[in-house]
Amino acid sequence: MSKQIFAIFNDEDVLMKSIKPLRGTGVNIKNVFSPFPIHGLDTELGLARTRISICAFLYGLTGLSLAVLMTWYMMISDWPMDIGGKPNFSYYKNIPAFVPVLFESTVLCAAHGMVITFYLRSKLLPGVTAFVPDVRMTDDRFVMQVELEDAATEEQITAVLIQHGAEEVKEYGK
Amino acid sequence: MNYVITKNNKTLSFVLMGVGILSIVYGFATDSLRAWGSLLMSNFYVMAIALAGIFFLAVQYVAEVGWSVQIKRVLMAMGTYLPYAGGFLILIFVVGHHDLYFWTHHEYYDKASPDYDRLLDGKHAFLNMPFYITRLVLYAGIWSYFALMLRKESLKEDIVGGVINYKKSVKLSAIFLVLFAVSSSTSAWDILMSIDAHWFSTLFGWYVFAGMFVSGLTVIAMLVIYLKRSGYLPNVNDSHIHDLGKFMFAFSIFWTYLWFSQFMLIWYANLPEEVAYYAFRQDHFKAIFVLNFLINFFCPFLILMTRDSKRIKGLILFIGSIMLIGHWLDVYLIVMPGVVGDHATVGITEVGTTCFFAGLFLYVFFNSLSKAPLVPKNHPMLGESLHHQI
Repeated sequence: MSKQIFAIFNDEDVLMKSIKPLRGTGVNIKNVFSPFPIHGLDTELGLARTRISICAFLYGLTGLSLAVLMTWYMMISDWPMDIGGKPNFSYYKNIPAFVPVLFESTVLCAAHGMVITFYLRSKLLPGVTAFVPDVRMTDDRFVMQVELEDAATEEQITAVLIQHGAEEVKEYGK
Repeated sequence: MNYVITKNNKTLSFVLMGVGILSIVYGFATDSLRAWGSLLMSNFYVMAIALAGIFFLAVQYVAEVGWSVQIKRVLMAMGTYLPYAGGFLILIFVVGHHDLYFWTHHEYYDKASPDYDRLLDGKHAFLNMPFYITRLVLYAGIWSYFALMLRKESLKEDIVGGVINYKKSVKLSAIFLVLFAVSSSTSAWDILMSIDAHWFSTLFGWYVFAGMFVSGLTVIAMLVIYLKRSGYLPNVNDSHIHDLGKFMFAFSIFWTYLWFSQFMLIWYANLPEEVAYYAFRQDHFKAIFVLNFLINFFCPFLILMTRDSKRIKGLILFIGSIMLIGHWLDVYLIVMPGVVGDHATVGITEVGTTCFFAGLFLYVFFNSLSKAPLVPKNHPMLGESLHHQI
């Protein structure tokens, strides 16, 4: 893994304005950590759009299919039940009664699937030490993660970062 | 910058109104029951759109929303149609109540008459002519008053500046929302549910409100896109369109939720006095019944689901037109089977009458839009709207 350094800013406007010139001079910005969402940051950083919505759709479809299978097997195939005199040997005539189940199962699978996927992708699992380059990023500082292709350029890039408004530049955990 | 009414706008509204008047005359000449039903449903359908505009405006004020400031004048212009709609509402009832609402016939309340109806007599304290007309006048008056007052405050704000008018608007909106919470429900019982006066549903007010709000939001999105394409509203960007698309998407699901909640409970419980409403519609209007659900749920749900599709203006216009047809069918299914009976169809009378009210709405809308700057000048949150990004 190439070496990572972390530039600390105390103003999100300064940080936003520094991104374009920094990228122009060849600084490889990997990520930005912020205590609150900054509008327009992901387009400025050129980050790829999240694919979690596609996941959500697929998880939802899974949940829907599972619920269809479950209601069909339980209420039509295995043990047909006469509830309120409803026709109980065909699925489509009974479907209004199953819609709440289908809906809830879709939502359950989509929601849990999304949360679990998000945790896995962010490497946030119970017992895992979270990636926190500087504790102040949870309070009032904005941290920019910069990857160095060549460790020899560290001093030069640090100078560029400071010049563009960074308070200090440090290594992970130091 | 003010909106300038184009020749096309005028021609379109006058052609629609002309076609409408011809259809109304044709309707009364062929089948007056159908003509009355069409008048009621078309007026309600277009009034609901204007009303949803004012409801949305009031929500924007009370929630102190920033992004929507640029489209507030569009909402206000929609609201200026409400006095006309209210006038038609009262006029249609006063002249056509015997054809539209069977509870207005006297024989049902006469104990000596063979037609005496105990159920209707039991509802007589609520459903009687003086009280009913009072309520209609109250609805029309309250809605129009708040629509015009909110516009007036905003126009004053353009000249005076500061936040005094804004604070007044917030207060007016809050009062309106409380009154609307009650009147949206009771007006749905009065105007639509009392057509089938024996039938009742506790969810009906919400269900009608949901349909009203989603068709209103669709019209808002389409009008904003129209204005944008005509070269107005230069600072309305993709994010604004995206937000409007989200509202269309969310509230078509909300409508489905309420439609289904009302349907499923009645279907499951299968009580004769409740199920009569759906049984009649399923027996004689099966195609429209199924179509109503399909277009109003699946089309917006599947097409507007992705982020990209909500940002394509042409797609919003396309899906919006489909949703407007869908919600027209929804109102049709509420009104016409009850008024006309099992031989109700969709024809020149129904479509043409809606054209009349749509034409009038467009005329009033463009007229009042052209009389004030298109974007509020001194709105305290204007800057937020100009730089809206999501």
